[in-house]
Amino acid sequence: MSPATALAVCAAGGLGAVLRVVLDGELRTRLGGGLPWGTAAVNVVGSLLIGVATGMLGGPVAPGAAGAVLPVVATGLCGGFTTFGTAVVEVLRLGEDRRWGAAALAAAVTVLASTVAAALGLVLGRLP
Amino acid sequence: MSTSGAAVARPPHRHPGLLLGVLLGGTVGTGLRLAAGEALPHEVGAWPWGTLLVNVVGAFLLGALLETLLRAGPDVGRRRAVRVVVGSGVLGSLTTTSALALETVQRADVAGVGPAAAYALVTLVLGVAAAAAGVAAAAASHRSRRPGGQDLA
Repeated sequence: MSPATALAVCAAGGLGAVLRVVLDGELRTRLGGGLPWGTAAVNVVGSLLIGVATGMLGGPVAPGAAGAVLPVVATGLCGGFTTFGTAVVEVLRLGEDRRWGAAALAAAVTVLASTVAAALGLVLGRLP
Repeated sequence: MSTSGAAVARPPHRHPGLLLGVLLGGTVGTGLRLAAGEALPHEVGAWPWGTLLVNVVGAFLLGALLETLLRAGPDVGRRRAVRVVVGSGVLGSLTTTSALALETVQRADVAGVGPAAAYALVTLVLGVAAAAAGVAAAAASHRSRRPGGQDLA
């Protein structure tokens, strides 16, 4: 990966982080903090998007700037937008409060729903 | 994790200065994740060591950071800025669910459902365990710095 592409990936990750904090904060304000809906939303949406981008742009790496689009969108934007650390800390906190159902739901959203979203995104991205 | 009464007036996600900090923190976290991926490259469908490493290390550090801040006092001022910029920005972007999800699907395609499920479950279990270890480490450090002091938990 060229230094310019790496810089663009990092900057896209910063942008993704801002979008995550804003979306998570707005959902938290509207839906309350009882269940971690904000984290669930960013992880499912970001996983759908990484699937679409990989489905559309995956395969042989294109030369020049075109080849930078997938890492910038996937590793940068989607990687910075989604988060795993926050999701597992929330699962842990729900477990500490003995809210086992909510903890299991949050864990399932992180791994199962996000994986289904990525698979759906790959199918959508490969459509002609 | 929760916002105290004093901070409700302007939540962090509507605070331009904090969002600028998140932009910089997210850039740094993504750079570290990118470096881990470049250092531990994997073929499509193979076991993604780079993603597993950043997710487990990031979960430990986030658990330790949030517990340290929680024990230090209310979520306002500098503590809130550190939580948002380092926690949500750097560590939020160091860890990733989108790569985990995509790699799980690709692994299912290449190696089958069993190896794919193993990758996702190992990440989840190690991630929760790492976050718990981070919380425990921060709690132990807090107690050792205040011998005989009251444990907030």
